[in-house]
Amino acid sequence: MSTIEQETETEETTDESAEPTVESPGERRRAEKQERAQAREDQRVDEEIDHSEETITLKVFRYDPEVEGKEEPRFDDFTVPFHKGMTVLDALIYSRDHYDSSLTFRHSCRQAVCGSDALFINGRQRLACKTQIADLDAGTIRIEPLPHQEVVKDLVVDMEHFYDQMEAVEPYFDADELPDDELEEQRQDRENREKIKMSTRCIWCGACMSSCNIAAGDNEYLGPAAINKAYRFAMDEREGEQRKQERLRIIEQEHGVWRCQTQFSCTEVCPKDIPLTEHIQELKREAVKNNLKFW
Amino acid sequence: MHEHDVIVVGAGGAGLRAAIAADEEGADVALVTKLHPVRSHTGAAEGGINAALREGDDWELHAYDTMKGSDYLGDAPAIDTFAQDAPEEVVQIEHWGMPFSREDDGRVSQRPFGGMSFPRTTYAGAETGHHLLHTMYEQVVKRGIEVYDEWYVTNLAVTDHDDPEERHCHGAVAYEIATGNVEGFWARDGVILATGGLGQAFDHTTNAVANTGDGCAMAYRAGVPMEDMEMIQFHPTTLPSTGVLISEGVRGEGGILYNDEEERFMFEHGYANNDGELASRDVVSRAELTEVNAGRGIEDEYVDLDMRHLGEERILDRLENILHLAEDFEGVDGLDEPMPVKPGQHYAMGGIETDENGETCISGLYAAGETACVSLHGANRLGGNALPELLVFGARAGHHAAGKDMKTAEIQTGRSAKSEDGDVEPPVEPGAIEAGSSDGDVAADGGERSSSDRRSDAAMVEPKETLEHTVRQERERIESLLEADGINHAEVRSNVQETMTENVNVFRKEESLNDALRDLRRARERYEDVAVADPSRTYNTDLIHTIETRNILDVAEAITLGALAREEFRGAHWRAEFQERRDEEWIKHTMLAWDDGTPELYYKPVLLESQWKEYEPKERSY
Ligand SMILES: Cc1cc2nc3c(=O)[nH]c(=O)nc-3n(C[C@H](O)[C@H](O)[C@H](O)COP(=O)(O)OP(=O)(O)OC[C@H]3O[C@@H](n4cnc5c(N)ncnc54)[C@H](O)[C@@H]3O)c2cc1C
Ligand code: SF4
Ligand code: FES
Repeated sequence: MSTIEQETETEETTDESAEPTVESPGERRRAEKQERAQAREDQRVDEEIDHSEETITLKVFRYDPEVEGKEEPRFDDFTVPFHKGMTVLDALIYSRDHYDSSLTFRHSCRQAVCGSDALFINGRQRLACKTQIADLDAGTIRIEPLPHQEVVKDLVVDMEHFYDQMEAVEPYFDADELPDDELEEQRQDRENREKIKMSTRCIWCGACMSSCNIAAGDNEYLGPAAINKAYRFAMDEREGEQRKQERLRIIEQEHGVWRCQTQFSCTEVCPKDIPLTEHIQELKREAVKNNLKFW
Repeated sequence: MHEHDVIVVGAGGAGLRAAIAADEEGADVALVTKLHPVRSHTGAAEGGINAALREGDDWELHAYDTMKGSDYLGDAPAIDTFAQDAPEEVVQIEHWGMPFSREDDGRVSQRPFGGMSFPRTTYAGAETGHHLLHTMYEQVVKRGIEVYDEWYVTNLAVTDHDDPEERHCHGAVAYEIATGNVEGFWARDGVILATGGLGQAFDHTTNAVANTGDGCAMAYRAGVPMEDMEMIQFHPTTLPSTGVLISEGVRGEGGILYNDEEERFMFEHGYANNDGELASRDVVSRAELTEVNAGRGIEDEYVDLDMRHLGEERILDRLENILHLAEDFEGVDGLDEPMPVKPGQHYAMGGIETDENGETCISGLYAAGETACVSLHGANRLGGNALPELLVFGARAGHHAAGKDMKTAEIQTGRSAKSEDGDVEPPVEPGAIEAGSSDGDVAADGGERSSSDRRSDAAMVEPKETLEHTVRQERERIESLLEADGINHAEVRSNVQETMTENVNVFRKEESLNDALRDLRRARERYEDVAVADPSRTYNTDLIHTIETRNILDVAEAITLGALAREEFRGAHWRAEFQERRDEEWIKHTMLAWDDGTPELYYKPVLLESQWKEYEPKERSY
């Protein structure tokens, strides 16, 4: 167990003792490597000198109904030192921890999987953690809470309505029948799994809903994420025909799929690249096919 | 006040499974969670879930691999229970709709994973945790289980008996983030802690910002011992700039590690002649850092993980998510170039001491998932064993708390299981700044009652009073944090993270551990002066983060004390001065009891025997 390092050393000695006079491969490699390291170091120092002054400015929406001076929405500027690879979330965290600890936004995973930090960044719904500052070409970055949602404070919006819509489509697996043996799995075709794959990636970030004009005008519209959730189950062959019929009935209600006017805004902003509009269209076709349309 | 039979704190995989189990038993159960359930970090798990499902495999092999992986610090009753329950749990989530990857015959796929003698890792692409989390949350919705989301639990309502084993937990106190309300949650039958990892004690971690060890810290201060806290897993393949994880699945599928000289060092430098890249995580992490320290790291920092030879089709089919992660968080195209990787804090093997039924030594208090230590993973967790752990022990804790008749646990908890006093000589006093005194600072002391307070408040054994008192005390703590003037917690937090990453990393030396303890003491002293600048009652994250930082301090110190005490090299725990596993002396768990602010170290035996099997310690070579 503890011989790891010794073995490494043994290897080096063998290398060197094999050719005591000429330069050994190991030495050559190390010499080359040192040159490379030197070159890289020079480059790094260069870059640092170049960029040491580089900063970016965030223009951040602020609002707190309870705090004097913040009841009226306003924008605050934060100047943040830029480094390569910096995301909008990094810049927000920097601003909060260095300038104003009351700056409020949701975040947790830092890797585009918890869906907490969908924001309106330079006029578009994006996840702050997945947005590289270098990819935004504006000098100033404007950060606002998701449009069409009620603002709780600063960048935090009320997600209750979004959750209600998600839950309205009975978002849970509910097979007509299960194998009797509790150790036997249901079978599912690879193809079928492939079919639902994209739809299962939703992280409930709410970006799609916020980008949708229809949802903005019709508060009861289920919205792209919820319809996609319904798609995920309706298309899953493990559930069975009966359940599928029930699911189609839910999504073709008055505020369901037929509201969608295929503007693709949801598809454009979805950070998980879910083809939302396509899924909605496919459900419309399924509904027609089933002759169950009553809008 | 809210009232339920069972209160589950945390709604990641462990909490959701526990809640469903309690509901299955007919209990009125509620989840109280600081994040909405789908935001929990279980969603970040990539690689898979181990279970012996197929012919040629059986639970005993899984148990054997797990025991060997644990470097003989896992307890046999926990390991055997786990390996036996895992298949049913995994098939159950399939029945709940989990979109597993499939074979041609439509059955769930399994792949090889490090340290496993059989390809038993089920998975759903490289986003297994996301699917597991959502599938289970869906079942919670289906059952109509109540969820208090964005409620931050600040403390447990535990009675005041001198002996922690006589104490009883009657509920918890939580702060509603949206409104600033502080309320009591009365638990008629039990409280289950499922608060996840503690990676935020380090600054390079795969864990989420919300993984602050809250459950560990609250249970510790309430009198539950922390077990094997020094056992921290460092994952060998995290992206250097963010800590984002590149799943072991990449190596499982055949990904190769290279150093700067383009050597496949796992073999060429003899770190793991049989298993190479698939050796267990501690072995690979140390190998990488040894390479870097020997000057063979790339940019003196990392090594390369190459999967290009797997071909585009296979990568897209099984590892597509990895391509997105490498692209979005490191700017690297995994189809085109190798991905830079280095070790990062990943998982806490230790935690709240529990038995196989999830119970702690305080009656009515349970723990499950990463925050718990039933001791399944011992000194090293095998990849793909945490997700089945949270299913198995989440379910068991939920069932037990809801009153299901279960077999009496074999594992003993609490100080009555002590076999030996510990001896460790920290360079500074650990623990609370003013341990035992009554004029401790309510804000800084983490909501703990001092011992003199205990004595003067003898009534604190009645259930309702215990909860009411705890609510009052938490309101006071929060008010004083909001009203005081002082420094921002963020600096204290980053001091802790920096010293932990520098001194309590993959390689541990006595001197560095002592340095860490000194830094932590200073950080504790500074924490006495923290205050919350944001005066608002609405969504005050400044307040939440300030409370979390106190929890981070307590768990960081426990990790470091354990690391200083364990004078051997076992699993993930490497000590410069002690280069061998020392079985005669060290097949025992390091236990830390808070003792009202003056941590006490003691040991308890490892159980290498269960009612099913007996294990013989062997050399752990791969
Ligand atoms: C990147 C990554 C990849 C992984 N991959 C794998 C893998 O492939 N296979 C595997 O087996 N394991 C894997 N693991 C490990 C495994 O995912 C985790 O150990 C496990 O998901 C933890 O689950 P949990 O339910 O205990 O905690 P979490 O999912 O972290 O949930 C914690 C919950 O507690 C709540 N909470 C915390 N504190 C409080 C508080 N004070 N008040 C109220 N609520 C609170 C949070 O809101 C959250 O809901 C991985 C881990 C990481 C980080
Ligand atoms: S569909 Fe896409 S944009 Fe909409 S909530 Fe899900 S992940 Fe977000
Ligand atoms: S922080 Fe989790 S999605 Fe951005």
